[in-house]
Amino acid sequence: MWEYTDKVKDHFINPRNVGEIENPDAEAMTGSIVCGDALKLTLKINKDTEVIEDAKFQTFGCASAIASSSILTEMIKGKTLDEAKKITNKDIAMELGGLPEEKMHCSVMGMETLEKAINNYRGINVEEDEHDEGAIICKCFGVTDTKIKRAIRENNLTTVDEITFYTKAGGGCGACKVKLEDILNEELAERERAQKNAPLTTVQKIKKIEEAIETVINPMLKMDGGSCKLIDIEGNIVKISFKGACSSCMASKNTLKGFVEPKIKELVDKNLEVVGV
Amino acid sequence: MSENKIIYMDNNATTRVYQEVLDAMLPYFKDQYYNPSSMYSPAGAVHKEMEKARGEVADFLGCDPIEVCFVSCGSEGDNMAIRGTIEAYPTKNHIITTRVEHPAVIETCKSLERLGYRITLLDVDNDGNINIDDLKKAINDNTAIVSIMYANNETGVIFPVKEIGEIVKNAGAVFHVDAVQAAGKLPLIMKDEPYIDMLTIAGHKIHAPKGIGALYIKKGTKLRTVQTGGHQERGRRAGTENVPYIIGLGKAASMVKAELPKFIEHTSKLRDKLEEEVLKRIKEVKINGKGAKRVSNTTNISFKNIEGEAILLLLDGYGICTSSGSACSSGTLEPSPVLQAMGVPFEYAHSSTRFSLSLDNTMDEIMYTADAIEKIVARLRDISPYRD
Repeated sequence: MWEYTDKVKDHFINPRNVGEIENPDAEAMTGSIVCGDALKLTLKINKDTEVIEDAKFQTFGCASAIASSSILTEMIKGKTLDEAKKITNKDIAMELGGLPEEKMHCSVMGMETLEKAINNYRGINVEEDEHDEGAIICKCFGVTDTKIKRAIRENNLTTVDEITFYTKAGGGCGACKVKLEDILNEELAERERAQKNAPLTTVQKIKKIEEAIETVINPMLKMDGGSCKLIDIEGNIVKISFKGACSSCMASKNTLKGFVEPKIKELVDKNLEVVGV
Repeated sequence: MSENKIIYMDNNATTRVYQEVLDAMLPYFKDQYYNPSSMYSPAGAVHKEMEKARGEVADFLGCDPIEVCFVSCGSEGDNMAIRGTIEAYPTKNHIITTRVEHPAVIETCKSLERLGYRITLLDVDNDGNINIDDLKKAINDNTAIVSIMYANNETGVIFPVKEIGEIVKNAGAVFHVDAVQAAGKLPLIMKDEPYIDMLTIAGHKIHAPKGIGALYIKKGTKLRTVQTGGHQERGRRAGTENVPYIIGLGKAASMVKAELPKFIEHTSKLRDKLEEEVLKRIKEVKINGKGAKRVSNTTNISFKNIEGEAILLLLDGYGICTSSGSACSSGTLEPSPVLQAMGVPFEYAHSSTRFSLSLDNTMDEIMYTADAIEKIVARLRDISPYRD
């Protein structure tokens, strides 16, 4: 038995906005009967303001697919297309009070159908839409690498199982799981690189500098009977004080600029400048 | 019908433990707690009662008590039969089973495939029957064991065990039958089915509790011990016997045997009525396996263009307990492998719903369920983008 929230149950048992708008301004359908779920969305859009005045859905699928579709129509009514386009699958799941992990793909279906409908209204050819490019990785469910990468990035996924929960990829014969793992590892490496380049927060800087001093710098300085200590940081200025033999050593300025600063730049952040206090 | 009443139609998943079964078990938790292998007289009394239960199970299976080996569940019985046989025939490396077996058999075979064994999975037709010629073609001198189910858990379809068994015996292979879903629904008389070497039953499908089962092992069957250790169960399965549950299984077996004719008459009447009502009231319905011989308590119904988990949850709202072959209810993403093997089209496969009855169900419940299904299907079809 799934642990559905009361809100999921409510939208499943009493779905809002069921049906089809006659002569809709925009419409889209995703999924298929083979895959086990499908959503058809029809929208009435104010041509001048681009406000979604009405939205209706039809869903073939399980309780969470029906609930995701129902809440999506509620969420987009009254929004402009630009506002609606920002809705992610996470927003849909959050609005429902959460979905079981295995069911996250239902919220993804909602997001994708909405995007497709907006593209359809704006005359963007769906085939040219970035999300439909890319190679099919999961043949059972026709999931492309671009869709998989996007799900990994937007939802911070870390395992192959999670990819399956969010995109269905790998949930059929399972033959693509090795490929999924490759894509995941690539994305995780990319995420790590991005994090490295991203500016560190002050707390992260303090932690990393102290770690560098303790594990690399001080062991070296101790050989000459000295040590150093982090006093403060201001932006990228790192204030260090020398202790022991170093504090009275005339060469300590050389130690500071020739050894401590390059080490901290190397180990923490290349933008840092180290000064003695 | 009261809204609060639970209408239980999932007896192929598990059954209600009979009061008499529970009563028979209780003394063996507290007062009669002795280890049946111990030498003092109170333990001897427990041993005697345990052997009486073995006699009751033997009577249920139409076999000799020494041919009954108690196990912890149906899955263990299936594992023991298959793994124990391939160990007993080290020169043979081929196993035959079908695409519609329970995971206890299919997954066991797949794990052996990774160890280098060759597995043949026999196909089934649209009604769920196997083609005997496929078996004749597949079986050879290298075949160690053929393992097939007596009745299918999802559809109730009965395999022609006798016909299969004779082919297996002529080929010199071991024949194992998973009868977990046949026990209590069909007469199982091993002395009349000499081609069966081993047969698995599970207690909780016949009104005993979960956690007990039995493997019938015909006298003279070569089987290596899979669970090694003590000498229990004539050295075939080590581990101190689960005495209260064995007593419960014995009691349940004798009760279920006595009520079998009534069970068949009662459940077939209710099942047929449910199918008749559904077919009469709802368009585009498919009863999976209807063209084959089926056990009397099971029906597996698909409704075009809607999805099974949604049906199951709405039925739950009416207090009706069923199970679904849909992908979404199982946590996998593909519909039931049994229905896929039967070639059930996708627009039907995703909605398959299994109703499995017992003597507890009534005609009122059937009519209430038919009403509920009619409303639920209309409602979900109204939401579905697929329509004809």
